[in-house]
Amino acid sequence: MSKLRRKVYMAAGYNTISMGTGRSEFNPKKTRPGLEHYIKEAGQGTLKQIGGARNVDEGAIGNFMAPRFNKQGHLAGFIPYIDEDLQYKPCIRTEGACASGALSLVSGIKSVLAESAEVVLAVGVEVQNTMKAIYGADVLAGAGWFQKRKNGHAYFFPGQFSDRAKAYYEKYGMEYARKGMKQWFINAIENARLCPTAQEYENKVEDLGTLYDKMAPNGKAFVDSLNVLDCSKVSDGASGIAIMSEEGMKRCGIRRDQAVEVISYAQVERNITNDPPDRTELTAIKKAAKQALDSAGITINDLATAEIHDCFSIAGILTTEALGFAEPGKGAQFVADRNTARDGKIPMNTTGGLIGWGHPTGGTGVHQAVTIWEQLTGNAGSAQIEISKDRPYGMTINMGGDDVTVVAIIYKRADS
Amino acid sequence: MNYDEKLQNVTVLGAAGKMGSGILLLTAVEMADLSLKPENKGKTFCLNAMDVSPQGLAGLMRYLKVQVQKIAEKKTVYLRSLYAERADLIENEDIINEYVFDVLNIVRPVTTLESAYESNLIFEAIIENLDLKNKILSQIDKNNTKKPWFFTNTSSIPIHILDEGAGLNGRILGFHFYNPPAVQRLVEVITTDKNSREMIDFANQYAKNLKKIVVPSNDKAGFIGNGHFMRDALHGIHEVERLTEEMPFVEAVYMINKVTQDFLVRPMGIFQLIDYVGVDVVKFIMQVMNPHLPDEDLHSDLLDRLYDQGVKGGQKSDGSQKDGILRYEKGKPIAVYNPDLKDYIDISLFGKKVDEHLGSLPASWHPWKIVNFSKGGKDSMLETYFNDLSNLKTLGSQLARKYNTRSNEIGNYLVSSKVANKAEDVNTVMLTGFYHAYGPINNYLKS
Repeated sequence: MSKLRRKVYMAAGYNTISMGTGRSEFNPKKTRPGLEHYIKEAGQGTLKQIGGARNVDEGAIGNFMAPRFNKQGHLAGFIPYIDEDLQYKPCIRTEGACASGALSLVSGIKSVLAESAEVVLAVGVEVQNTMKAIYGADVLAGAGWFQKRKNGHAYFFPGQFSDRAKAYYEKYGMEYARKGMKQWFINAIENARLCPTAQEYENKVEDLGTLYDKMAPNGKAFVDSLNVLDCSKVSDGASGIAIMSEEGMKRCGIRRDQAVEVISYAQVERNITNDPPDRTELTAIKKAAKQALDSAGITINDLATAEIHDCFSIAGILTTEALGFAEPGKGAQFVADRNTARDGKIPMNTTGGLIGWGHPTGGTGVHQAVTIWEQLTGNAGSAQIEISKDRPYGMTINMGGDDVTVVAIIYKRADS
Repeated sequence: MNYDEKLQNVTVLGAAGKMGSGILLLTAVEMADLSLKPENKGKTFCLNAMDVSPQGLAGLMRYLKVQVQKIAEKKTVYLRSLYAERADLIENEDIINEYVFDVLNIVRPVTTLESAYESNLIFEAIIENLDLKNKILSQIDKNNTKKPWFFTNTSSIPIHILDEGAGLNGRILGFHFYNPPAVQRLVEVITTDKNSREMIDFANQYAKNLKKIVVPSNDKAGFIGNGHFMRDALHGIHEVERLTEEMPFVEAVYMINKVTQDFLVRPMGIFQLIDYVGVDVVKFIMQVMNPHLPDEDLHSDLLDRLYDQGVKGGQKSDGSQKDGILRYEKGKPIAVYNPDLKDYIDISLFGKKVDEHLGSLPASWHPWKIVNFSKGGKDSMLETYFNDLSNLKTLGSQLARKYNTRSNEIGNYLVSSKVANKAEDVNTVMLTGFYHAYGPINNYLKS
């Protein structure tokens, strides 16, 4: 894809708390806020920063499995529930498994590019703690091909990525690989501790590495090649952000230093009925990232930070290789050497990512955009990293299923 | 008859009771797992849940459904392989539901004894009434042509007495679960000289399959668990009676309860434990054991008096604690019963005074919950704490030392009187069956 035909911006990001195990407020035995609450909180959080709902032309909501987690379909109808001034405005719900959130961003970007909207409110949401994990695994398995469910693992997606980890272990060595995966986990928790909305914000474990080492993968209790610390959280949460044209920015009164420009984006789909061509590679991520970088006319060396879809620690390792930060098989070393830590060469997932901040599946893509917006505009609070002028770009990689739906977006602060 | 065949037709007597329901659950799951083995395809497995209360049986089926579902949820990885050939069962939920159905499908709730006439194995979990047990067991045995085995859950009656009373010729052994059977890992297995090797091997295999910790106990009234608990409780009661000469009864109860819980780092004080088991049950167990203990008097006038006044403790159907010697709020004691006034006296009125009288706990003290679940550090925590406690001259320290000495004596007596084969067995029962942080046979608090 060539450069975008029109300037597109994002601003006014808002994240709810990522609720679930790890948060002291979370009590699975007590009634908790539902889907509506999260949509409203995230939507209103963004609307307050852009002068209200009257400035919005369209709404897009990303969600994966509310029809099963919450027995609720027809989510576009909840956008007017956020604010009565959204009543009768065009709204759409996007679904691409865990990339549903980024698809809502793509929908909004396309509307702005098509000049059918100057301001789009994008919200991503998932409320997953409505059932035990063993049943949630059934729901999340919908991100794969149902024909393969019967022979899949009870914990279907951990099983899929356990198979990827196993392939990586066999090719490059288990001990070596797990050093990188351990560091990925440590980075995730340490970053989450800096972000008040993160699910692991209150994590007080002193020696995360020892904790990780103690929990060897156990196929009898879970999956063969991952422990639970290698996995993202089960989360309730939502995020909101405004997607705007130049005119939309003016209408909403957003200063350029408080917005990010969408430099490029790419979305790819891999045939869901096929197994990955090589379990040690994320080919769809590789293609999407390359397309986005090429369209932006930059290389990975121009990135200040990236939000990576670390649904599992092995996905984090493989993504560093798919993006080109490390050669195949060197990703584990790249991460073990702290290159992706917040003070490393390319800080990744600076508020904890899916393992540390949380993974409300349909909301994650929007959350990633909010984090990049926060970092590039200096709104990341305690989690703020330094953004140097010679590397001003941020990138998000949102993945649905096992490397099936992938959205890559590249951003830069609007005034830089 | 092999293990699987033996478990093809089983009856649990008293299935709707607190112990019976747990035994039924564990047995139903074990039988269902056997029935799902390829070699048992087409064979019928039948578990009679016998109880005189139709209402209780209705509640039992609800309890079973909930509990089996929880069990299935925990072993779904295994169940997926068990149902691998069933193309119609795809999602975890499909498989869990099928397993729940398969387990419940084995259970036949019944209110009459006749169903047990076809069983190979009968679990007895009815009330601790020797005459009733004898009558029921002998009736089943006379009408059952299969020469069934009887596993009794009695916690107090010597097995040979039951054997002789019901005329079972050695086809009975003690298989004593702890409450609640589905959770507690301890099982006391009490065999007699008349038991066959095959029967004992079966009992051990069954316990192993249920992932239970087996402690063998010899056939003496009360066995190890109640052998310690009843004497320990009686010591607590005697201490209260002694202290009552110098302080009001409610203060003495509160004092001994606090010493046994806090000073001795136990999960609950002795009077809370009596309430948990039930004042009526404790009184009844003592009554059952006492005739078999010619050298001691295991009896409490206080318990009789409380029982006569309707102070019984025990559990509500939701598992919460009923008021007994103590009154509870959210599971914590808030008042003590005064049998003279026939009313409860709030602990807030005297607790502080008694606490001061007992004296402070050493700085090295940690509550039972911390100590018991401290991985690797439990022994050193206890050693440090008890050393520090020994050095105190307070009343609390004196009472704790005295109490621990008595507990130690009881433990050693259980070994010397050949109830237990060894000290380790006594300690294992108290550690796993009563959740004590340390066994009664210990070297702490030696004077």
